[in-house]
Amino acid sequence: MIIDVYNKLTILSDSAKYDVACTSSGVDRKGKFGSIGSAAKAGICHSFSADGRCISLLKVLMTNVCIFDCKYCVNRVSNDIVRVAFTPHELAELTINFYRRNYIEGLFLSSGVIKNPNHTTEQLIKALELLRSVYHFNGYIHVKAIPGADSELITRLGLLADRMSINIELPSQESLTLLAPNKTKESILRPMGLITAKIQENCTDLVKYRHASKFVPAGQSTQLIVGATPDTDHKILTLTEGLYKKYHLKRVFFSAYMPVAENSLLPSMDTKPPLLREHRLYQADWLLRFYGFEAKELLDEQNPNFNLQVDPKCNWALNHLEKFPLEINKAPFEMLLRVPGIGVTSAQRILMARRNSPIDFSGLKKIGVVLKRAQYFITCKGKIMDGLKVTSDGTIRALMADQYKLPSPYPEQLSFFTEPFITREDVQQCLTGQI
Amino acid sequence: MLDGTDLIYAYDGSFEGLMCCVFESYQRKEIPNIIRPPSVQETLFDTAKRIETDGQKADRVYNSIPMKISPQAQEFVKLGFLTCDPHKEMLIFHFLRLGFKHGGKVMMMLTDDTVCSLQKAVRHLTSESHKFKGFVRFSVYGEVLIAVIEPKNYVLPLLSPHFCDRYRNERFMIYDKTHGMALIFQSQKAELIFVEELTLPDVDSAELEYRRLWKQFYKTIAIEGRNNPRCRMTFMPKRYWSQMTEFDEIIGPTQWQTSLCTPDAQATYKISPDYKVPTKD
Ligand code: SF4
Repeated sequence: MIIDVYNKLTILSDSAKYDVACTSSGVDRKGKFGSIGSAAKAGICHSFSADGRCISLLKVLMTNVCIFDCKYCVNRVSNDIVRVAFTPHELAELTINFYRRNYIEGLFLSSGVIKNPNHTTEQLIKALELLRSVYHFNGYIHVKAIPGADSELITRLGLLADRMSINIELPSQESLTLLAPNKTKESILRPMGLITAKIQENCTDLVKYRHASKFVPAGQSTQLIVGATPDTDHKILTLTEGLYKKYHLKRVFFSAYMPVAENSLLPSMDTKPPLLREHRLYQADWLLRFYGFEAKELLDEQNPNFNLQVDPKCNWALNHLEKFPLEINKAPFEMLLRVPGIGVTSAQRILMARRNSPIDFSGLKKIGVVLKRAQYFITCKGKIMDGLKVTSDGTIRALMADQYKLPSPYPEQLSFFTEPFITREDVQQCLTGQI
Repeated sequence: MLDGTDLIYAYDGSFEGLMCCVFESYQRKEIPNIIRPPSVQETLFDTAKRIETDGQKADRVYNSIPMKISPQAQEFVKLGFLTCDPHKEMLIFHFLRLGFKHGGKVMMMLTDDTVCSLQKAVRHLTSESHKFKGFVRFSVYGEVLIAVIEPKNYVLPLLSPHFCDRYRNERFMIYDKTHGMALIFQSQKAELIFVEELTLPDVDSAELEYRRLWKQFYKTIAIEGRNNPRCRMTFMPKRYWSQMTEFDEIIGPTQWQTSLCTPDAQATYKISPDYKVPTKD
């Protein structure tokens, strides 16, 4: 029987791996007597796979049987592959046994559409109910909502999970029609809106009745595929911003498209995944969520795609040199955040330290601010950094571009994760997807 | 009389002992330039001044920290003591002197060398302990879960609340090989004890099977086209790998020689296992 589970695990984790969300964040929950498990708001990474991504949850499909035919997906009905399914019992045993050994922070359960969306959702509910009430699992659960399922079922599912997501995958209706013929914008956005409404309703319930059960306390997320369609970064980022504002999503994930099928509508099989582009989108997403930027400040119709040479924040600064240099001892927090090389933590430390006494460049270094790029954009006590020779805006531009010089004609092959990012502390969280 | 330049305090290695060094320094109006734990070899002409540990003196210093400096400073100093910084005693000592002089704002003096170095050491500690929340790997032996770790900092007191809460119904042990200590949790009680050696029995077939499943999952979940070993190394440096199931080449019984022993009165870390980590500095 175990051999069987071994094969199922191989197949069902292999087909789940393109879903990049693997965070276990967003909710703090203490352990309970008689149960196993707890949840930590900041999320915990339990390992890192060979591709450098955080492994936090047991990420599997309930089944890879699917009646839909999304062109970009390995599980599409027209693809000739082995189809298997976990029983709820197998899945629960696997989760609990991994969890006890501290391999994982919880479960990320998704599924192909088996029979129909309602039936699939019922299967998911069955598995999670078993895990929660029979196995007393109190750890993190992220579950996928199936587009097209009834509201009542989605609601029941949401009461069993910490986070729910529906992947939009393709950023426009045209792309959806072309590549995911069984899905529509409506079938995705309706349940998304339902989840948003339920979360809000639940908040008021919790105030009214303290023991009301929690509906997806860690919120909702989604994923967009980058590079499968001609949609621009501008389109993707504007959509992302809308999702945060309108649907109060906790996270929007981006997944560089990996060719899985030969199809004239899709990039050819030898296309490399646009990893650097994906990286730029994550950086921009970070700027939207924590740095007070708006999408329109970063991209517009004239410049619809990110500069691959320079990160979005630095790019913004280079286009707004009139706002610099900034005096470290006076600049408001929001402006400190806009200095290339200064992250949220650094900005907070600057605020704290300067309350005590004015800061000079050596003080900045001690606080932990990396001056490599920041030096061109700041003054300390009215002075620019010693030995810094900047004659014109052009020089700064040249210097910045130089720091980003791409050593190979294939940016995708770069080990770009080590390039200067917004700040080091941020890169870690951004890439590991925590928060 | 020794002049200030080579005044050495030798203390017993406990947190209380260090507090007594602070007491001594204020009472004698002198500043040591080295505070030495007992593990350091004594030389023949050892001129170190032995500081006896006295609970009352230690309490007086310890209790005055939240009043004269701030409660955060007290937490900070406790954390500082768990770090692996080779100069942690002097850092804590100077930090407290600064604090008694300037009060609560010492926590904001980020550009001061002492404060900055101690902060760095504490960040190293807390980030390592956060990593271990994920990287600890238990093996199941009958009813008991056992894990081995080799941390640089003394992270067990920080890991304790997390694992005791998460595994409320379990009996478990986390053995810190570096510091020769173990966190043991059973019947709802956590204890930190000295462990010199540990021999583990053979694991059963179910344990081997789950290790195999986990290794397979670990391999499968990586996307080949995104291979990035350097990035993995940044987040999970090699030094953690030796005790992690997914990197265990031969799956089989792990062997250490071992015997449990009782705490040695000397050099006990007198920080209770349910010690809480302050949430934010
Ligand atoms: S519905 Fe989901 S599993 Fe099915 S083909 Fe589309 S993306 Fe793949």
